Amino acid sequence: MAEPPLRPRRRFRQPSVIPGFGLTFGYTLTCLGVIVLLPLAALVARASGLGLSGIWDVATDPRVASALRVSFGVSLLAALTASVFGFLVAWVLTRYRFPGQKIVDAVVDLPFALPTAVAGIALASLYAPNGLVGEQLAKIGIEAAYTPVGIYIAMVFIGLPFAVRTVQPLIVEIDKEIEEASATLGAGRWHTLVRVVLPPLIPAVLTGFALAFARGVGEYGSIIFIAGNLPYVSEIAPLLIVIKLSEFDYGGACAIATIMLGISFVTLLAINLIQAWSRRRFGYV
Amino acid sequence: MGTSTAIRVENLSKTFDTAAVLHDLSLDVRAGELLALLGPSGSGKTTLLRIIAGLDFPDRGRIIFGSDDATQLPVQERAVGFVFQHYALFKHMSVAENIAYGLNARKRSERPAKAEIKRRVGDLLDLIKLSGFADRYPSQLSGGQRQRIALARALAVEPRVLLLDEPFGALDAQVRKDLRRWLREIHDRTGQTTIFVTHDQDEALELSDRVAVLSKGRLEQIGTPDEVQENPVSSTVLKFLGDTIEVEAIVQGGEVRVNGRLTPVKAPNGLVGPVKLYARPWQLQFAEPDQAHLEGSVRSSYRSQGRQRIEVDRPEGKTVVVEASDSGRVAAGRHVGLKIIGGYVFKD
Repeated sequence: MAEPPLRPRRRFRQPSVIPGFGLTFGYTLTCLGVIVLLPLAALVARASGLGLSGIWDVATDPRVASALRVSFGVSLLAALTASVFGFLVAWVLTRYRFPGQKIVDAVVDLPFALPTAVAGIALASLYAPNGLVGEQLAKIGIEAAYTPVGIYIAMVFIGLPFAVRTVQPLIVEIDKEIEEASATLGAGRWHTLVRVVLPPLIPAVLTGFALAFARGVGEYGSIIFIAGNLPYVSEIAPLLIVIKLSEFDYGGACAIATIMLGISFVTLLAINLIQAWSRRRFGYV
Repeated sequence: MGTSTAIRVENLSKTFDTAAVLHDLSLDVRAGELLALLGPSGSGKTTLLRIIAGLDFPDRGRIIFGSDDATQLPVQERAVGFVFQHYALFKHMSVAENIAYGLNARKRSERPAKAEIKRRVGDLLDLIKLSGFADRYPSQLSGGQRQRIALARALAVEPRVLLLDEPFGALDAQVRKDLRRWLREIHDRTGQTTIFVTHDQDEALELSDRVAVLSKGRLEQIGTPDEVQENPVSSTVLKFLGDTIEVEAIVQGGEVRVNGRLTPVKAPNGLVGPVKLYARPWQLQFAEPDQAHLEGSVRSSYRSQGRQRIEVDRPEGKTVVVEASDSGRVAAGRHVGLKIIGGYVFKD
């Protein structure tokens, strides 16, 4: 029997000692398909019933456009804020030792665990004009509750844990010798921080930012109590979807949802690309 | 090489938590010399190096650079070059950026011009023989290359003294050997005062102008490699510098006897009574039973590069290693006599 000639074969599956590629890969695709892609496809299919011009009409409706602006604009601002303060919290929690540290560390996760409606009511009562903080803010002329400021506060609140938890493990891993090397070369603390310590953390900060942003865009429960929901001022897009649904305008609701989906996808893709670039440049993580 | 003192370490003491790591240690480092700090782990050698660098601070004692007291000087102002065992390169910077880091970190008024920095980086890359690597990143380099970059980075700031903490500790044997020779060459060419920490006696003896042997936070001995090998001041130094065998001996009238037989070893003045005799593996010879100081049976032997090392089990249970020129395999189990032809005696 002649041996078949040896020729390299392009294979989808790389040889590996880890078993079960076929099974796990198939399972992953199925889950992703059924749990994530199928509902999204149904959503887009429903919206496409309106046709492109129909979706365009919905998107350019002044009330919808303003709600989208509020949702995405405030989410970006809130994610930015959460990233900065989340970074500081993570820094303090990992770099220093102080009494009650474990408790503070646990408190960070509370916004994760709290039912969003509970958070919403708590924030609303705190920031309402007769609330504890709202009263003080009113004295200096800031209306927090029932304005976009309220939305912003709620989004920072729910986004903070993401920003903290993504950078924390990297701050733990900062090599003390790297900082010492920088110091022996004559660099001051500030120079060391900016040039040596922070750059490798950028990819993680971006991840935290993306997660906080995504959470903010999708947030509903904690916002509607504090936002006041005035059309054109403090109405968020998810609320508008609920309103459309209660008016039995399923097509309109799906259209807004599809537009949100599109904007979110593009934004997250952009953040991912920046991240991939910065990882190559700064991290090799 | 000058003989002026570059760094003076005075009565240094340091305690971590409750464990003392340095006891009243004093040491002079001569300008332009390559000094090895040799000691087992826990001897305080790395702590001493870090205190000289300003990365740790002593509880008591002073560090004097030239004629200036540097004890309270922050690390940034000490102008030392420090090389870490695990390189500590900046991973997000290219090789050239790593080397230029110290120059770029200077205040604007003291910073060299861009072109000057570029030239200096080029010169250093030539010195470490990595000229084509300026734009690579540390993750793309081997361990030996990374350590050379770390050295160039430290040299770039033209430090008063170069401090190396187990610089070859993380490298494999062959690279280690090459880098040792290369470090010696660099030192000869630049005349840079250099202190390096090692627990490897071969490395210390091969590389350095002088060796400081540390043990339990104290300086046991300092001297040229020849001095510390020929005239060790204590059994600690002797044992640390290589394999030794240890036998009970008696000193009487300046003569050293083992098992009643006279040895050629001379006892230092003032030492009498029961002592310990220490000999190197090559200071033992096979001998007829009537001339032997020790006896035992051969356990095993191995031959390498024209020499052979034979392990001999002594009746008291101790095993000694004999090193001799290779004269054919010695059968295991054979009963042999051993003659002491040299060695050192100490009270302990």
